[in-house]
Amino acid sequence: MSVRHALLALLSEGPKYGLQLQQEFEERTGEVWPLNVGQVYITLQRLERAGLVESDGQGGAGPQKKFTITQAGGAELEGWLRTPAGDVPPPRDELVIKVLISLRVPGADVHDIVQAHRRHVIELMQRYWHLKAEAAEDDVGLGLIADAELFRLEGIARWLDAADTRLRLHPAPDPASPAAAAAAPAPPVRRSRTEARR
Amino acid sequence: MTVALELRAVSKVYGTGAAEVHALRGVSLSVSGGELVAVMGPSGSGKSTLLTIAGSLEEPTSGQVLVAGTDLSGASLNDQAKLRRRLIGYVFQDFNLLAGLTAVENVTLPLELDGVGAKTARPAGMKALGELGVAEQADRFPDELSGGERQRVAIARAVMGDRQVLLADEPTGALDSVNGEAVMRLLRAACQRGVAGLVVTHDPQLAACTDRVVFLRDGQIIDQTRTPLGPESLLTPGPRP
Repeated sequence: MSVRHALLALLSEGPKYGLQLQQEFEERTGEVWPLNVGQVYITLQRLERAGLVESDGQGGAGPQKKFTITQAGGAELEGWLRTPAGDVPPPRDELVIKVLISLRVPGADVHDIVQAHRRHVIELMQRYWHLKAEAAEDDVGLGLIADAELFRLEGIARWLDAADTRLRLHPAPDPASPAAAAAAPAPPVRRSRTEARR
Repeated sequence: MTVALELRAVSKVYGTGAAEVHALRGVSLSVSGGELVAVMGPSGSGKSTLLTIAGSLEEPTSGQVLVAGTDLSGASLNDQAKLRRRLIGYVFQDFNLLAGLTAVENVTLPLELDGVGAKTARPAGMKALGELGVAEQADRFPDELSGGERQRVAIARAVMGDRQVLLADEPTGALDSVNGEAVMRLLRAACQRGVAGLVVTHDPQLAACTDRVVFLRDGQIIDQTRTPLGPESLLTPGPRP
């Protein structure tokens, strides 16, 4: 899970404070990935040094600092959303996260992103198929390895198809639209994890 | 390899006015002899229309379809049917074999329709069945064959004679994965002998065995795979970003 890119995605909606980012991150990942606020500030500092975000505060890393994504940060986020997760094999969970995050990024076309990953998965499947086709017929071990990868990748391709169809039936509102802004969570009020789960 | 099948800016519109449906919008696609290409896309993306137009079973609203360099739409209906039979083979999900004919009679039917005598047609049919591993089933009727055997007979029929183009609609859809894989290998082998293959499917496994995958959405080609890298690098994990 890339905390940097998740923070960039949250900032793509507009300027935010560190505490707010930490809270929104946990809300949007279904609290599956707890993230402490220290980690958020360290990551923000690194992003700032890399020129991907900028802050309005004067020194320090206190809660009074508000962070804004830069143009370079936007380009980094856009590139990451379309980059296959690792060459071989792409972990499915990271793919799920990329698709989920892309729904929150203003201007990102989730169907284009799904297609970029679909093409990558099918290209990988073609390579495994050729591996199997070129192997000796009695090379059972290689056949079994190739089959395992082919079926795993098929599962990913089918998930991408299902995601594509589901998102066409129920399009997510554009996060930049006023309707989405109205539905966005209220300004950060620190809640305990147990409270938030209720 | 020469281009055996070419679609040039093909569009297809059904209905008129408010009921107008644009099934294909300016699709251009070339398939060379020896190449197997898959068309993938969700239901309603235009896959089946693309296949029926490529097979000259339907006329495009605009654009051209060339089979072995010939535009079939210029010919009379009678000549079109003859050219179709001679140049294009079809494989369907539900096999489409005639129940009253044996396996070899099904395979040789297109030749006999063109006036080839049974004495010449039968050896050609037996050869095609042999290449697909079902020569022993030649004198059985379709209902005496398994699903995998029926599809092999259907492929034998599709590649008979001097066919240049093989069109297939979900050819592994009715088969289990092992029989499905065998059918994919046979389709591939048939194409490698010089036929241009075009298969429409939503099955990623079937798409994986092809040389190129074209993605169709709302009647348009939105993307296609690049030439796959060799398999060498697959078993050594690449760097993780």
